[in-house]
Amino acid sequence: MNELKTKIRVENFNFYYDKKHALKNISMNVPEHRVTALIGPSGCGKSTFLRSLNRMNDLIEHTRCDGTVVVDNVNIYDEAIDVVELRKKVGMIFQRSNPFPKSIYDNVAYGPRINNIKEKKQLDEIVERSLIRAALWDEVKDDLSKSGLALSGGQQQRLCIARAVAVDPEILLMDEPASALDPLATTKIEELIHELKEKYTIVIVTHNMQQAARVSDFTAFFYMGEQIEFDETKKIFTMPGKKQTEDYITGRFG
Amino acid sequence: MIKKKILNASVSSATALSAFFILAIVAVVMGNIIIEGSSTVTWEFLTGKPTEGMTQGGIFPAIFGTFLLVVIMSIIGVPIGTITAIYLTEYANQHSPFARLIRFAVNTLAGVPAIVFGLFGLGFFIQFVGSSMDKALLPAGELRWGQPNILWASLTMAILTLPVVIVSVEEALKSVPRELREASLALGATKFETIWKIVLPNSLAGMLTGGILAVSRGAGEVAPILFTGAAYFLPKLPNSLSDQFMELGYHIYIMSTQSPDVEATRGIQYATTLVLLVLTFALNFSAIFLRYRVRKNMAH
Amino acid sequence: MPKNQLKKKFRLGEVIAEKVVTIVAFFSLAMITLIFVFVFRETLPIFFSGNAEVSSVPVQIEQQETYGDEGIQEVAMQSKTSSHDNEGIASFDNLTGTTWQPVSGTPKFGIVPLVLGSFKVSLIAVLFAVPIAILAALFTSSFAPKWAKELMKPAIEILAGIPSVVIGFFALIVLASLIQNIFGYQYRLNAFVGGVALSFAVIPIIYSITEDAISRVPRSLTEASLALGASKWETALYVVLPAATPGIFAAVLLGIGRAFGETMIVLMATGNAAMLTASLFEPVRTMSATIGAEMAEVVFGETHYNVLFLIGSILFLFTFVLNAIAELFVRQRMMKKFQGI
Repeated sequence: MNELKTKIRVENFNFYYDKKHALKNISMNVPEHRVTALIGPSGCGKSTFLRSLNRMNDLIEHTRCDGTVVVDNVNIYDEAIDVVELRKKVGMIFQRSNPFPKSIYDNVAYGPRINNIKEKKQLDEIVERSLIRAALWDEVKDDLSKSGLALSGGQQQRLCIARAVAVDPEILLMDEPASALDPLATTKIEELIHELKEKYTIVIVTHNMQQAARVSDFTAFFYMGEQIEFDETKKIFTMPGKKQTEDYITGRFG
Repeated sequence: MIKKKILNASVSSATALSAFFILAIVAVVMGNIIIEGSSTVTWEFLTGKPTEGMTQGGIFPAIFGTFLLVVIMSIIGVPIGTITAIYLTEYANQHSPFARLIRFAVNTLAGVPAIVFGLFGLGFFIQFVGSSMDKALLPAGELRWGQPNILWASLTMAILTLPVVIVSVEEALKSVPRELREASLALGATKFETIWKIVLPNSLAGMLTGGILAVSRGAGEVAPILFTGAAYFLPKLPNSLSDQFMELGYHIYIMSTQSPDVEATRGIQYATTLVLLVLTFALNFSAIFLRYRVRKNMAH
Repeated sequence: MPKNQLKKKFRLGEVIAEKVVTIVAFFSLAMITLIFVFVFRETLPIFFSGNAEVSSVPVQIEQQETYGDEGIQEVAMQSKTSSHDNEGIASFDNLTGTTWQPVSGTPKFGIVPLVLGSFKVSLIAVLFAVPIAILAALFTSSFAPKWAKELMKPAIEILAGIPSVVIGFFALIVLASLIQNIFGYQYRLNAFVGGVALSFAVIPIIYSITEDAISRVPRSLTEASLALGASKWETALYVVLPAATPGIFAAVLLGIGRAFGETMIVLMATGNAAMLTASLFEPVRTMSATIGAEMAEVVFGETHYNVLFLIGSILFLFTFVLNAIAELFVRQRMMKKFQGI
């Protein structure tokens, strides 16, 4: 773990919904170009934590947080941080695929257009490159004007990945990206995640432990808002350090 | 047990009777006007001017005046209502005193009697704004804006219909799924970019509904324009914002209560009423249809 | 380098957009305030000058302001002592008089018959509309077969969509004759005809809000009642209706407000004579109809003009209070009721 560069450093991070203390003193180092999985029973705070990494939680009223989340030596909760710029750098894939009710092309081009890329040729290039990266190009290249909503569930989710990749992020946050998909589509997404880590640092929330074991290099186990354990995935799944982790992994609760 | 049965029967039949009564009112009112009115509605009636001291001829100036009224009203009212709805759903902190105050203002506005809007139009637009304009723009003593005209009537109507627009657009904005907003924001779009490129395009139908409902309401209200711009008889079409105008609802009122020989023009009265009814219902039904589609989208 | 990349950017467009949206949202608030101000403003000459005909003298207004409340009292007192000389002036006595003759040689501005007229017609309308609308709403929610429900919905929408001038026209021509034939009284247009016609406009309001309130009654409540062996009508009468009471109360209040403020129907169907009578079948003149009928012919700035604005202010205040009570009532009582406090 030592030779890996840390991409996200979280220190003593706390999060509150109104009075509810949802995340308690979380600290972890997320390594660059690796897949880090967040697991735990539902309501344990893993999604809340994920959404704290690109400050999506800012959108929810009556929430507050303290502690630091450092991305590339910058504390993203610093007053002087621009949330919009942060989100360009830290992309997000949601649990339910949520393509815009627009064409495939316009979905992928949405981000670049916001960044004032207007030239058709450049946009074409970005769309193609992003769709290739999301392993969707071959399936849709002849039909880019088709509505994104006309795609199958698995394709929609890959479209969302392409859309996120198109703004050139460095980090991809994935919130149970395959939970609504059939096994075949899930396999495709998992293979894709494996390829994507070459270019991106990936943090993925999953409730599926086999999936965590298959795709991730590191795993954090959350329980009741606390981070119980964080280590290499291999270690977590073979010799967990804590009793609670072992119980969860062997299916005794959750 | 028998007592219970009788009670049960009487309660359920009383409710059914009431429901039937409402259906009967609708059927009788609509039926009467359609039957009595349809024979007089001809192409000439729709496109002609009133003649022979309004006892003959058509109602084109009134149709045109109504049209102009709702167009000017919409140009002013729909953008303001839409933006207010955007504020209330997208920008306002739901619990902030300012947002609550605005909501209260919208609710209050919805409850103000139509005739009071007319008074307001007279006191504010004509006597205050219009008179000040005349003092500033015209030689002393001349009167142009300080009297009833189509602009002041339309503005008065725009304020009256504002709550209609706000409520419909709000509903439409709320029907845009949160996931789409989050997707856009997560891609690094700003709040306004998200509203402009995602929220608004996806609530167009709802905004249209709001506009149509407002137009239908505006076309049907007479009280606010009684003394802010509607004219008794004006065969010439208005060609300036400072002109008075004829209007369908006002025409019905005048023809059926103020004209010298009310009986003689019964046909014209019914026909005008039918035209107004068809106009408002065509608008209402398209709004209902659109709203139905919005709700379907929301469920989806 | 990365530090700069994430540095807060000033986005002029965003700031302008937010400012513009907030300012425009302020418009509704500004309008309701302006309505208050400008409707009341035109009534001021009544209170601040004994003779409104000389209303264009700013000095006099200034003088009166220093008087404050005592000034008004003084004016009122004066008019009491010399009421003969003060005919035609909107003194307190004149305003509370029982005669409305605004355009006679010595104008009388007694608004009492108008206020009572409004109450009378509204009361008739509400007495008609409340039972019909509530029972019909109960029908659709508790008893109606599916086809009847589907018939009621558009019927109510249509009734709500009929412009009031059309209802007024129908009342004037058809309803008035119909009711006269049934009861056989002297005046074709009267309070009763106006009230019945007005109920056509009030029914959709009461019906919709009542139905909404009933549909908010938790299913568990009705199911519990039915499971205990209560019949449909018992459940409807003893469980659903009481649970929906706050909403129904609000519905009735809003209905009254609508009836009170409605202009065209009463203007066309009540006969418009400002008479003080207890009879249902004699003409009345309501406040709203008075404004509607007279404002167009009045000389701006005259006492008559100001008194019409005063009537409008009373209308406005009355409906404002009704709406406020309705809103408060629904929100608070409904919440308490279902939170089990």
